[in-house]
Formats: sequence, C-alpha cells, structure tokens
Amino acid sequence: MSELALPEVVLGLRDVHKSFPGSPPTEVLFGVSLDVLGGELVALVGPSGSGKSTLLNIVGTLDRPTSGAVRIAGYDSAELSDRQLSAVRARELGFVFQQFFLLDGMTALDNVADGLLYTGTGRAERREQAAEALERVGLGHRVSHHPNQMSGGERQRVAIARAVVGHPALVLADEPTGNLDTRSSRSIIDLLHELNDEGATILVITHDREIATSFPRQIELRDGRVESDTGSALTPAGREP
Amino acid sequence: MHPGDILRSGSVGLRTRRLRAGLSALGIAIGIAAMVAVLGISESSKNDLLSVLDKLGTNLISVKASTGIGAGGSGQLPDGAPLMLGHVRPVEQVSYVTSVNAKVRRTDYIPSEQTGGITVKAATSQLLDTIGGSVARGRFLDETSSQYPTTVLGSVAAQRLGIDEPGARIWLGDQWFEVIGVLDPLTLAQDIDRSAMIGVPVARRLFDTTAAPETVYLRANPDKVVAVESVIPATANPDNPDQVQVSRPSDAIEARAAASNAFTALFLGLGAVALLVGGVGIANVMVISVLERRSEIGLRRALGATRRHVAVQFLSEALLLSVIGGAGGVTLGALVTAGYDLTRGWAIVVPLIGVIGGLGAALCIGAIAGLYPALRAARLAPAEALRTV
Ligand SMILES: Nc1ncnc2c1ncn2[C@@H]1O[C@H](COP(=O)(O)OP(=O)(O)OP(=O)(O)O)[C@@H](O)[C@H]1O
Ligand SMILES: [Mg+2]
Repeated sequence: MSELALPEVVLGLRDVHKSFPGSPPTEVLFGVSLDVLGGELVALVGPSGSGKSTLLNIVGTLDRPTSGAVRIAGYDSAELSDRQLSAVRARELGFVFQQFFLLDGMTALDNVADGLLYTGTGRAERREQAAEALERVGLGHRVSHHPNQMSGGERQRVAIARAVVGHPALVLADEPTGNLDTRSSRSIIDLLHELNDEGATILVITHDREIATSFPRQIELRDGRVESDTGSALTPAGREP
Repeated sequence: MHPGDILRSGSVGLRTRRLRAGLSALGIAIGIAAMVAVLGISESSKNDLLSVLDKLGTNLISVKASTGIGAGGSGQLPDGAPLMLGHVRPVEQVSYVTSVNAKVRRTDYIPSEQTGGITVKAATSQLLDTIGGSVARGRFLDETSSQYPTTVLGSVAAQRLGIDEPGARIWLGDQWFEVIGVLDPLTLAQDIDRSAMIGVPVARRLFDTTAAPETVYLRANPDKVVAVESVIPATANPDNPDQVQVSRPSDAIEARAAASNAFTALFLGLGAVALLVGGVGIANVMVISVLERRSEIGLRRALGATRRHVAVQFLSEALLLSVIGGAGGVTLGALVTAGYDLTRGWAIVVPLIGVIGGLGAALCIGAIAGLYPALRAARLAPAEALRTV
C-alpha cells in the first residue's frame, strides 16, 4: 500500500439484525452498523452473550443476517450463493479461533498451507507461502512439528499464520487468547500488532480490557447493539476527512 | 481441487485414526478375500481339468453293448466289432477289453470270494496307448507276453492286492500269473484301474474267453469325432444298431469342469455377506467420523471449502478405506488361491474377473457407505459446525 493511497472500506455493516429460530425466537443483534477500513486493528468487546461471536460469524459469512446488509471487500454477501461465499472466505477472510482448530495429523507447515487449499493455489506454492507465513509469526524453526508437540501459544501462532497466509482483506479472531496464559497472550497480541503494522486489517473479540485498550479502536457491543465505538483513526477513501 | 489434494485431505482422518481405519478396512478385506479365493480356486480346478483333457485328448470313444432295463439283446458286441470299427476311415486306433470268467487273489490260501472287487479282463496290447494311460512300473502286455500267464494291474487293483513291484505272482483263476507291470491311475477309463489284465490269447486258451468284446476303445481323427460317433452303432452291430452304446469319456470331465460347484455359490454368498457387513462397518465409522469432526468441517468451511469440497473429502475417505480393504482382500484372496493350488499341484490361476470384480465391489460398497455421511457433513452449517458445545 503506497503512502498516499486512502484506505478502502473492507467491512461495512448496515442495520444488521439476527435472530435464531425457536419459540420464541432468540433475538441477538438489533441493528448493528459499522465500517472497518483497510489497515485497522479493532477490538470488539462486550459482556458475555452480547452477540459478539454471532456478529463475527456474520462478518465472516459463516452465517447470514436475518436482515441488514453486509459488505466484505466490495462484495454484498446477500447477493452471493453459498459457493461464492466460500470463495470469499477462501480469498478475502482469515479466521483465528479460541480453540486453534489445527489438524493433529499434519505438520505446522501443512496446517498453514491448508489456509490456501481452497484458493486454487498449487501445492508447492502453498507450502512456500506457508513457510513464509510461519517465518512471519516467528515459527520458522517449527515447520515440521505437529500441533500436539507444541505449546498453546505456538499453536495459536500457527493458526494465525494460517489465517494470514493468503493475505486476506480481513482477519477475524474470536478470543484468540482465551485459552492462553498471560505471557502467551501478550506475545500473541504483540504479533497481531506487528501484522497490523505490516498492513493486515484485523478484528479481534476479547474480554481483556488491557488488550482492548492497546488497540487503536474499540467497539463495544451490549445486548446486540453498538454501545460505543472509538471510531477509526484512519480516513476512509471517498469521504471527506 | 487437484486430485492429489482430494486424496491428501481424504486421508487425514485415516492417518490420525489408524486402528479404527484398519479395522473397518479389514471387514471389507475379508469379504473380498473370500470372494477372490473362491473364484480363484474354482477357476484353478477347472483349469486343471481342462489341461488334463488337453493332454488326454477328447477323441477317445468307448463302445459298449447297451445294458440295463429294456436294452434287450445279448449284452455283448459281435465278435467282429473291433475289426469292423477299425475299417472306419477316421479311426486311428482300436483296442478292446473282454471280460474273463476268473477270479484273482493274492495267494491260493485266500478264499475265492475275497476278490476285493477286482475283475479280470483280456486286453489287446495297444489298449494302454489308445486310452492314454501310462505304466507306473514294469511294462504293458505285448504280443509275446499275451501268450503266457502274465498280468498287468490297474492302480487300484495293485493297491488292493498289496503289490507295487513287478515280479510278484498272484493267483488268477486257478494258477499263478506273473505281474509284469502296474499302471498309473487312468483318467479316461477308470474301470480299468480296478482290473487285472491278461493277454487275449492266454485268456482264450486257459479260460475259454469269448471273442465278443466288452468295451471297444477308439481314437478318431479329432476333427471327425462326431461323424465317427454317428456311424459306430451300424458298424459295430449291423443287425441291432440300437443295442450299441457310444460315449466319450472326456465328456464327463468336461461336464465336471463346466459345472459350477454348489460350494462355490455358497462361499460366494458368504463372501458377499461379509462384504455387506464390511460396508456397514465403513458407514458406521464414517458417521462417527462426521460427528467427531464437526469442528474440522467448520474450520474447512471457514478456510473456503464449499459444501461439495466437504462431501468429496468424506466420500474420498470412505472410498480410500474401501479400496485399501479391497486391495488387501484381493491380495489375501490371491495368496489363499496360490497356496491351495500349490498344495493340489495345480497351475496357479487368479482370475482377472475376481481381481477387478473385487476392487469394483469394494469401490461400490465404499461409495454407498460413504454417501450418506458425506452428505450429512456437507449439509452442516459452518457456524453450527464451529460452535463448541
Ligand atoms: N445457534 C444459536 N441458536 C440459538 N441461540 C444462539 C445461537 N447462537 C448464539 N445464540 C445466542 O445468542 C446470544 C449471543 O451469543 P454469542 O455467542 O454471540 O455471545 P458472545 O457475545 O460471543 O458471548 P461470549 O463472550 O460468552 O462468547 C446468546 O444468548 C446465545 O445463547
Ligand atoms: Mg463468543
């Protein structure tokens, strides 16, 4: 990204509602609207049950909103088929989960390379980029280790490498430090800062106040509504500063 | 997706659950092995019978007088039958045996009722050649020895008399005969196995044997066998052609080779049942696998896998399982066949249809067993799959 280019709107939510079927239906999100610009590092906070994970699933196209619009990297998710949404996830989105979700039967390198499995990239190229991504997260020396031979912090680094290996438009992380001790948490958060400095756009759900305040922007969710938003420090493209 | 990638993602689940994968593949393997071995063994035995036929030829014809109810007549062929049959052009060899009214025993101390089921026959000296037999020890009757009290024993007769070397003497009729030869088992004329043969001249002289032959054996030109068969009755017995019974001993062997053994069908059925059980095992393992791997399914959807990718992954896992089982089963079945063939001294025959059919059956079973679990995995909503309980 050149110094002069203005950041793109990577994620745009307009009046997003979500309710889960049942009797009575569980209403979780009540009109969430927000924009995230390319290059932002955003913390999504809020009490348990406020709908953070539900929101993240909708942003990640893993779930569809009951009403409202979701735009990701220029695509209107409502207009896309399941197949097309899968392609958007493969190319434009990276996921990091609290439980890591690494496959034990494969090495760290192959786990990271699977981040590109559904993008149509050839195997040699996938492995090459995976090695690079592992280098970026500081695990260049753990390439051929299996996840069950690694510490929790290392596993989460592998998972982060898998999320960023394809240089997605947006990285989504749901409580990435939730299963880690304080020190490992600290280093994972530092890593997210580094990746953001290199240009990655990252949205992180966290319960940790200290972590949240270390991020340039915080959005607080309460009872399915945006309670507060410190706002973007960047200037969106096509808008007046 | 590249086939290599499909294979790799399809094998992850197997690599991390080796014991379970091995056991469920074993179910398929047993079924396939049973079917391949049954087909292999029955094919080998058929092959063996046909190679025996090849060696002995299918142009041997035996001619007898009709016997049994309603046959009528004297029960004997006319004296001149061998000579007349020899004049039929495509007939290449003629020999005959005549029954001799005498009993045979090991020694004269043994009562005459205990003959051990051994009959005495007068045989012409070309008989052995005509019926495609061979001598185990000693030699067969010739012009000279046919004049004297000498005898050649069929394999069963020799065994019952307890004689395995030429030079011994046996009590035949009421005098000693010298055993000059013992025959190998005969495939095309098994009643000769149970007889002691003596020369035609000595039989006439000592036992007043008639000239009417009991059985005439012919070798015909292989291309004219059917034509020869049709003229035999009128040639052998011009007055009563309907009292002549013509048969080809090789027909029985051919029939035996063609008959699908009842056991073959039974074991094939058992193999099919084992295969079915194996298929149910694979379906079971796949259903469990889908339940256990919800989060992997969710993860793959998050990484961009389409429903089809997920279905293909689980289907290829089931197919891989069944192909591994099928290949193992084919190998095992082929080994069992080879082992059995070796102990029987047969040529090893593993029919291609068994190998291809076995692998094909395994693939079908895998596809059927894997389809439902794969569709179930594909239908799982991504957010639902990722929610940890
Ligand atoms: N599939 C579902 N069906 C029904 N209700 C659901 C479903 N998913 C979530 N909910 C409900 O939606 C509400 C918000 O859940 P969500 O997981 O988004 O909360 P959260 O903010 O992530 O909480 P936490 O911080 O504990 O993870 C909860 O009350 C939950 O019970
Ligand atoms: Mg949550």
